[in-house]
Amino acid sequence: MFEYKILRLVKEMKYTIKKDPHQDERVQEIIEISGQNIFLCYQCGRCSSGCPMAEFMDVLPSQVFMFLQEGDVDTLLNAKTPWICAACFTCTVRCPVGLDLAAVMEAIRELQLRKNYDYIDPYKVEERNILPPIALVSNFRKFTP
Amino acid sequence: MSLKKIMFYPGCTLKGVAKNLEDSTLATARELGYEFVELPDWTCCGAVYGLAQDSVKFTIANVRNLIKAQKYSEEIGDNRLVAVCSMCYNNLRRAHLDVMKNRDKLHTLNIFMDEEPDYRGEINVQHYLQFLKGYGFDRIAEKVKKPLKGLKVAPYYGCLLLRPEEVAIDDREDPHILEDLLEILGAEVVDYPLKNECCGSYHTVDKREFVAERTYKLVSIAREVDADVISTSCPLCFFNLDRRQEIAAVRHKGFKKMPILYFTQLMALAFGLNGNEVLHLEQHYVSPKEVLAPWL
Repeated sequence: MFEYKILRLVKEMKYTIKKDPHQDERVQEIIEISGQNIFLCYQCGRCSSGCPMAEFMDVLPSQVFMFLQEGDVDTLLNAKTPWICAACFTCTVRCPVGLDLAAVMEAIRELQLRKNYDYIDPYKVEERNILPPIALVSNFRKFTP
Repeated sequence: MSLKKIMFYPGCTLKGVAKNLEDSTLATARELGYEFVELPDWTCCGAVYGLAQDSVKFTIANVRNLIKAQKYSEEIGDNRLVAVCSMCYNNLRRAHLDVMKNRDKLHTLNIFMDEEPDYRGEINVQHYLQFLKGYGFDRIAEKVKKPLKGLKVAPYYGCLLLRPEEVAIDDREDPHILEDLLEILGAEVVDYPLKNECCGSYHTVDKREFVAERTYKLVSIAREVDADVISTSCPLCFFNLDRRQEIAAVRHKGFKKMPILYFTQLMALAFGLNGNEVLHLEQHYVSPKEVLAPWL
């Protein structure tokens, strides 16, 4: 199923760069928030191959960079991937050009959160009596403004 | 013998669902001649460190804790601040390194927190495993009364003890500090290939199924390498690996549950501290009582 997903993505992938990503405001904002030069990525795929959450993602971590380099921020804002990344830093420590991918994922989330967007509703959380406080605190920090 | 005082940062989870981690940590430290004194007026560490470069909001609470530690360290004459929860360790250590590297950030924070003294970067944040290594594993061996002979343990580090690189307590791809300790305690350590893989972390709140899948993978591989229990140090890893086995068992036929234990609980058992006021085994979803029977 996973292989099928990648094939589908490759098939649907857009290779035309619509707009100069260097001029794109939102790409610049992502670069600024994350502090990472996203143009360094050369698609080696080490991040995607080691990612423990990749099987649940619709866009692979390496593809996130491809979309960013193409200036296609809309696809990323509609993707589930930034909200599935668990910030475990496996990709960050393995990236051969030293990109902090977790920070880029956070920047994509922040782009939406800073517009007062709630990814989850804290009032609807179940199992509140058994969840450890660190789970709730970290979840709300990542998923609410 | 009087006990040497060391500053201890428990964190919020240890005060509730991870009482077993707190009490076993304090009891084992006492056995080694240390009194872990709770940092006065500590506040939450924030659990995840902010990755946005243009914001300091996730650093404030941690620096505030470090300032409190700085003040208290003068009183007890030791600048080590020991945390046992992986998330607390990661946050405090990252905040310390962050403000030491980015002095502008520290300056901003010091101005913002005008009611407190400035942070001078004097605190040495350590994880309990690092503290134990500093104490000397060979000296710990002398304290072992009931070696965990025959207990096959899969060491599980998770993410936050090893990543990012600057806060890693050991080699990030092939750590062995936990293995070394467990071997000293007499346990049989199995080669666990997923020891540094993520458990799904905070997704346990809203994407339970994903975490259950991770748990299924982590536990079934541990089963494959012949482990009896998985040993961890993070209360969130513990919760995910322990509790989410419930969903994993529903989704996967033939899944066999495995008890999860904190390394401090194993240490307490090896030291002969098997009282429930130290172990709190009732807090485990998958009961370890059967597997630990020879030491209880």
